[in-house]
Amino acid sequence: MSDYQYDHQTVKGFIVSSIFWGVVGILIGLWISIQMWKPEWNIAPYFTFGRLRVVHTNSLAFGLGIGAIFGVFYYITMRLAKRPLLFPKLARFHLYLFNAAIALAALSLFAGMNQTLEYAELEWPLDIGVVILWVIFAINIFGTILKRKEEQMYISLWYIIATVIAVAVLYIVNNLAIPASLTKSYSVFAGVNSANVQWWYGHNAVGFVFTTPILAMFYYFLPKSTGLPIFSHRLSIIAFWSLVFAYLWTGAHHLVYTPLPDWIQTLGIVFTLFLIAPSWGSVVNGYYTVGSDWSKMQTNYLTKFFILGITFYGLQTVQGPTQGLRVVSQLIHYTDWVPGHVHMGTMGWVTMTTAASIYYIIPKIYNTEIYSIKVANTHFWLVLIGQLIFSMTMWITGIQQGALWKATNPDGSLKYTFMEGLVKNYPYWQLRTVAGLIFTVGMLFFIYNIYMTMRKGKALAALRA
Amino acid sequence: MAGELYRKPIMFALVATVVILIGTIVTMFYPMFTKGMHPKLENLKPYTALQLAGKDIYMREGCNNCHTQTVRPLKTEVMRYGDYSKAGEFAYDRPFLWGSKRTGPDLARIGGKYPDAWHYSHFENPQAFFKESNMPKYGWLKEGKLDPAEIESHMKVNGFPYTREEISALSAKTELDALVAYMQVIGTAVARKVPAVTAAAEEKNPLEGDRKAYERGEEVYKQNCEACHGDDGKGGIGPRLTDTIWLNKEGEITDGKVYEIIANGTPNGMPPYAGQLDRDKIWSLVSYIRHEQHKQK
Repeated sequence: MSDYQYDHQTVKGFIVSSIFWGVVGILIGLWISIQMWKPEWNIAPYFTFGRLRVVHTNSLAFGLGIGAIFGVFYYITMRLAKRPLLFPKLARFHLYLFNAAIALAALSLFAGMNQTLEYAELEWPLDIGVVILWVIFAINIFGTILKRKEEQMYISLWYIIATVIAVAVLYIVNNLAIPASLTKSYSVFAGVNSANVQWWYGHNAVGFVFTTPILAMFYYFLPKSTGLPIFSHRLSIIAFWSLVFAYLWTGAHHLVYTPLPDWIQTLGIVFTLFLIAPSWGSVVNGYYTVGSDWSKMQTNYLTKFFILGITFYGLQTVQGPTQGLRVVSQLIHYTDWVPGHVHMGTMGWVTMTTAASIYYIIPKIYNTEIYSIKVANTHFWLVLIGQLIFSMTMWITGIQQGALWKATNPDGSLKYTFMEGLVKNYPYWQLRTVAGLIFTVGMLFFIYNIYMTMRKGKALAALRA
Repeated sequence: MAGELYRKPIMFALVATVVILIGTIVTMFYPMFTKGMHPKLENLKPYTALQLAGKDIYMREGCNNCHTQTVRPLKTEVMRYGDYSKAGEFAYDRPFLWGSKRTGPDLARIGGKYPDAWHYSHFENPQAFFKESNMPKYGWLKEGKLDPAEIESHMKVNGFPYTREEISALSAKTELDALVAYMQVIGTAVARKVPAVTAAAEEKNPLEGDRKAYERGEEVYKQNCEACHGDDGKGGIGPRLTDTIWLNKEGEITDGKVYEIIANGTPNGMPPYAGQLDRDKIWSLVSYIRHEQHKQK
């Protein structure tokens, strides 16, 4: 029993850390959203858009995203293995190392140490740190699963195993570089080949950081919080294998119309289309699970988080393949449509589902109820509205940009200069900042709720003791 | 028995690894060993020490977050930026710098498009060129000194040839010098195509006598030309337009020739505008220039 307590401390530690890095990432996100329409907000050298944008993406993908994944995976794995972690002290060390790595990562990016590989910007010493972190994580996860007390491995464990393996392969390969100094390296891959490796990595970072781990949470916490069993076990088997198979083929849809060999582009587009099927396998499974009792949407405050989350996952996985098509890509690629797409996934699916998982875990750990369902509902509506305004303004202005870039006069000359196209974005970029603010306020409600729940839990524990 | 798989974690992990590796091998690993992935244009040269230092600064400042370096083979894109990108142009980029978002314009054909002076002034104050530009100012790079020893080690890792003089010359250069040198080499392995505008050298201005034309021309001038040629054509980075010295030669010039310079640009740093301005706009610019010439005589 004391072991369980100890492990929960680590789970809690990861959750609190991930929220902290989330706040950092969101505030920087707001800042750079203002820089888009007010260049005076660039403060050289450390706080220019070019440096801040990577701090934003890294602190949210790795600080908030991976941090929460570490904590939630430890929690789920212990529950599904029906035993404490195999190496609790190692997990505790993992937590400290994680925070040190993210802090150093943020500082190094402010300082401009940047490999310029999207979502793999960190320089080589930090890459080694990340690999060590991942190995520690893998040892504990696999060890605990191997020594489990429950014979059958539930769906979430499949996704956890796939995540651990795939991220390791992706991260190591894409970061292979020759160091020139402690703070600078050059990729072992060059030119067209490096583009292909990078987007094989880049798209699968989305696949194995923003998809499979979140599905692991979804499959575990949806039945847990609603008390409804997953609709179809068979469907989840088909969806799992086809998802982890197809994802790795699709990276080249980021490189449509570039000098990458055409056959790789086409293969990427085709498999991206195929990916709709397994993605919607999970969407359908989620809907039919709650479909056996839709009243849960009203009676259980967490259900709507999961259902809206999986809905945005469903929309995301239709929009994504559409964007991959050459005819659509030529209009929206390189425009603000793409950040609109990404943020529907991260704000609508990933953050929504992760927040709901944390709402479930924290009261369990503290042996209490959530502080306020009302506050949770306010959080829900604010992040939903913020995200919708964010995505929609970016889609509209993205299409506008694409159309202006392509517009021609009757004599065939271009109708708009680049600047004429740029200024038309400003109202939308301003609206995006407002949307970000709404989302941020929503997240503050979430943090407040979690903080108050922990306080309540501590007070109760003191009473019991 | 397939159900067994979900009770055997080691087996499960092995199967999952194989499933993950299939797409990886076909689309990423296998192509690496094909010639198509390592193309190199014959006249593509390795970066000089100064250019490499500039590329490093480009990476450090995260310029790739707002600027792409690939022109897609789409008609309007080629008109706007220049010839579409060739696979063999990027052999010395570790890694590639194609980017994924165009908050600012593509830079794949920026090399040689503007004179150095344009870049220096523009980095220092982009808003002086384009009032509503959202590009951050980079004049502070002037204060940054280059470290020759560090850049030499970078040249070595990249396997680029260099001379002693080249390295020692770096100590007199600033980070801004390096960045401008890099700007000027981007995309230059592909010969710049002269836009397919029919020469108008002998043509007369069809808008002559149209009093509204020079007013329209003035508007076009303010948006596109003033940053380099100064207000009212007084000159700046680009030459004065109100005198009779054209292309470094004294003498009168025909309307058609002025049209041609605006449309096609010159090898000395005047960018071509045929892709961005239609015939009416270019002719109205000619009207405006003539008007200013008369006014200032």
